[in-house]
Parts: sequence; C-alpha cells; structure tokens
Amino acid sequence: MKSNNLSVQPLHKKSLLKRMAEYKHIYIILLPTLLYYLIFKYIPMFGNVIAFQKYSITKGIFESRFVGMKNFVDFLTNYKFWELLRNTLSINFYDLLFGFPAPILLALLLNEVRVLWFKKSVQTITYMPHFISTVVVCSLILTFVSSDGMINSLRALFGAESISFMTEPKYFYTIYVASGIWQGVGWGSIIYIATMSSIDMELYEAATIDGAGRFKQALYITLPGISETIVILLIMRVGQMLSLGYEKIILLYNPSIYETADVISTYVYRRGLIEGDYSYSAAVGMFNSVINFILLMTANTVSKKLKGSGLW
Amino acid sequence: MVYKKTKGEIIFDCFNYLFLTLLVVVTLYPCYYVLVASVSNPIEIFASNGMLLYPKGFSLSSYAEVIKSDQIWIGYKNTIIYVVCGGFLSVMLTVTAAFGLTRKGLPGKNLIMFLIMFTMYFSGGLIPTYLVVKAVGLLNSPLAMIIVNAVTTYNLIITISYFRNMPDTLEEAAKIDGAGDYTVLFRIMLPLAKPIIAVISLYYMVAIWNNFMTALIYLSDRKYFPLQMILREILIQNNTDSVAASGTADDAQAYAENLKFAIIVVSTLPILCVYPFIQKYFVKGVMIGAIKG
Repeated sequence: MKSNNLSVQPLHKKSLLKRMAEYKHIYIILLPTLLYYLIFKYIPMFGNVIAFQKYSITKGIFESRFVGMKNFVDFLTNYKFWELLRNTLSINFYDLLFGFPAPILLALLLNEVRVLWFKKSVQTITYMPHFISTVVVCSLILTFVSSDGMINSLRALFGAESISFMTEPKYFYTIYVASGIWQGVGWGSIIYIATMSSIDMELYEAATIDGAGRFKQALYITLPGISETIVILLIMRVGQMLSLGYEKIILLYNPSIYETADVISTYVYRRGLIEGDYSYSAAVGMFNSVINFILLMTANTVSKKLKGSGLW
Repeated sequence: MVYKKTKGEIIFDCFNYLFLTLLVVVTLYPCYYVLVASVSNPIEIFASNGMLLYPKGFSLSSYAEVIKSDQIWIGYKNTIIYVVCGGFLSVMLTVTAAFGLTRKGLPGKNLIMFLIMFTMYFSGGLIPTYLVVKAVGLLNSPLAMIIVNAVTTYNLIITISYFRNMPDTLEEAAKIDGAGDYTVLFRIMLPLAKPIIAVISLYYMVAIWNNFMTALIYLSDRKYFPLQMILREILIQNNTDSVAASGTADDAQAYAENLKFAIIVVSTLPILCVYPFIQKYFVKGVMIGAIKG
C-alpha cells in the first residue's frame, strides 16, 4: 500500500495524524506491551514522589503531606548510611575486580585448548551452575561454609581451626564474590568465546609466519579482538552496580554479619516491606537509582573519550 | 605447516589443561556431593563431616519423605503453571512489541524505543513498584508472578535485533496480496521468528523457574508459593517441619540435613538433565544480544 501512493504524495507531506492512522493496527499490536511499561515501569518512577512525602496508606499518594528532602536527609545522616554505602561499593568493587575478568581469562585459556572434546566438555560443565537456582546455590554455599562443612574439613586436613564463616563479618565479601565466580564464570565466557571465533584467522597465520608465538598471538590478536566486547560489558556492569545481586544477599545474610553484608537494596527491602516505612525506603531506593544512573553515564562518557565507543 | 612447540608453550599447555581440569572438578564436586549425600545413610553422613567420595551407607528414606510431602508438589505444580502461563504471556508481549517496533516509518518509534531502553538504566524502585502492584490489585494474587516481570527489556532488545535482520520483501509481497498487519504478524513473521522465540522462551521460563523474589515480595498465601519459595523455607531458613514429621531424638537434625540434599536433587536434577540439550539456544541468545550490546 505504501509503495502505491509514494509517487502521489511524499511521506513527509502527510500530516502526522494521517500517518499514525495508517499504522493503527501496529499501535494496537504494541498496546499491551506499552501498557505494561507504563504501569510497571513508568508509574513507579513517578511514584517516587512519596520519597518527598510522609506517605500514609490511608491518605494515599495525593493526600499525603509533603516533607521536602527530609527522608533523604534522614538517610544521609543515619549511622547506617556509610556502612551501607561502603558495603554496596565494596562488594561491587571486588566483584568487578575478580568476577569481571574471570570469564575473560577462562575464554583466553579455552582458546588455547586444541583438543576439541576437552574444550567442549569444559564449556558444557562450567555452564552448568548457571542453571542452578539462586536459592539452591545459596543453600549449597551455606552448607559448604558451615562450621562442619567441606571448607572447614579441608582446613582441618592442614591443621587449621574451624571458622564460623557466616557469623564473622570479614568473610562475607569473599564468599559472595567467590560463589559468584563459581556460578557465572563459564556462562560469562560464552560471549568472549563467540567473539574470538569471529576474529579473522588470517591474522593468526600472518603472525605465525612472522614468528610470533602463541603468547604473542593471544596478547596482540585475541585480546584486542575482544576488547570492544569487554568495554561494552564493563559499562553495562558498572551501570548495574548498585542493583546487582541483592536476591543472593537476602538469602545469605543474617543479622550477625549485617556489618558487611547489608547493602542499600537489602536495607530498602527490610525498611520498606518488612517494617512498612514506605517514604523513607523509597527515598533510599531513589538515592540508589540516581547514583547508579550517574555511574553509568560516567562510565559511558569515559569509554567514549578513551575508546571512541560506548553504549550510545 | 608443521608447527613446533617451544618449551614455554609445552609448559603452558600442561598448566592450562591442569587448571581447566581443576576448574571442572571444583564445578562438579558440590553437585556430586549433594547427590551422594542424598542417598547416604543420614546418621552416618551427619557424623562423617565434610569430604565425600562415595555414599556412606545407603538410604532412600529422604526421597521417600520428599515424595510424601505436599508442600514440594504444590510448589512444583505452581511453578509449572507460572512457567507455562508466564512464559506464554511474556513471549507474546515481547514478540508483538518487537514486530511493531521494527515496522518502517512508524511514527513515534524512536521515542518508544528510547522510553523502553531507559528503563534498563533507571528504575522506579522496589517500594513504588510495590505500591503500584498493590493498587492494581495484584498483591497476593498468583497473577503477580506472571505479570509484574512480564517483559524483560534485554529480551525485547534481542528480539528486536532479530526482527530487524529479517527481509522486508516477504512483508511487502504479502501486503500486495492484500494481507493486513495481523496476518503478516501471525502468518508470516511468527513462523519465521521461531529461532528467536525458542531463545526468549527459554530465557523467560528459566527466569520464572528461578524467581523467588517476586513471590517473597507480593505473595503471602502459601497455596500460591512457587517451588523456590518452598525451597527457601526449607533450605535457607531450615524449616523442615512442613516436609518431615519431626523426629524424636538427636537424629532429627541428621534426617533434616539429609532431607535437604534430597530436596535439592529433586528440584534441580530435571533442569540439569535437560540443559546440555538446550544450551545451544541459550548460547544463540547470548550471541544475538552481543550484536548490539
């Protein structure tokens, strides 16, 4: 139909309404999904006004009294604030430092394996933990780090004393990050392995003729070949920094290790949904989202400056 | 070309194979341990502590308890309902939106795309979302499990990038033959989009299968709990009362621990048996997603 009247009437001459009418069925097809985004994504965004209110369920969002920045000030001056911020940033920092490069390293090592069945088996087996549910993974962690669990049995072999890992705050970061690597390293490597397979083989052949060994090839061909993927994933990872993994923390932590395990999003969950302090926790949550957004923008800008490419 | 390995490369290869083998052992051992412990004699395993290479004694008593337990099966049933209905709803919403958003010249397309992408980077947050879910009457409704997280923006984006790469000629030919937009969508595009539908169906279904957070936040009635919520009670909160008739002596704890292993096996083994066969679809999804990050 479009092609028929192209010559009669150029597209840009038609009024917007007319053009929209032409697409009315498409809008009807889009409607359910757009409604979903409106109701469950955008209305909550505006629902954040309760962060500036003293929200009461009986009065509702339109009748509740405005209190300005009080909830934010309350949070920023709360004795928990620095602890929560430190934990949130530390867990993410360690996860970024160890958890992010792990799949890249695995992909590079797998790339050097020339025995195909071995490579395929390692891949399939390391994908497996990705398919185990968070609840089960956390229960495995709790079982293995318990005072008579496997980790302590191993330590006992070397004569070390049993440690109660889940009641000592100083071990939580390690447990969180290490278990994350266990579950995600294989799955995370897929994307790098896929990118590596698209690197031009002629580059390797030329390098071999020039006398470059496999280390040099890995360093000067493979690594640069996946660098763009690394950057994109790094930016996305930074953009999720403050929202990541709180389901796992809710399952793992207990009051005796809140000192290191409590992060902003778990605090929002407890204060908001368990204690019913809606306005205050909405303010905390909003603080979290805004910082998150700033981190993402910063990461993207830095990447554009350095590499000339970013997410947008 | 005969390529001769240098000494350094031979040493590296040895370490590489050794390291990867170690990684495989570290990955598999926890799962193997659970399997072996679940068929061991509860008392013996409780006394043994830690490492385990083969079953200590043999007992299927824990499995008998699990099979008798109503809670586990109610959870299983609910989860299957959520996975099937939720998977269907999610895929429909995602595919129809991806179809609409890849039509050429659609007014407002860029604005809609921007608004959708934006939700990936900025979210309303837990509390406002909770209040909205409450306002629309989904609190403590099983529908919350399939509606609240119905569309995942990442899945929508990989579906859009798949549709973008489909040729326009088919649609144009069908339109000339007088087909309307709905006919094009359901008769032509959907059959052609089968590969991406397989990928996102799996993504959505696994996400719903794993989801306990939505239930934790929105559901309070036990009869709607998905399997993962039941598992959380038993495995994380150590509340085995709902499964085991509480034991009489000190052995009770040993039986409770053993029961957990059997429950992990019963709830996880089905997926682990299936995943090697479907992993190629997941891998495909990761690759499509990688085209446009």
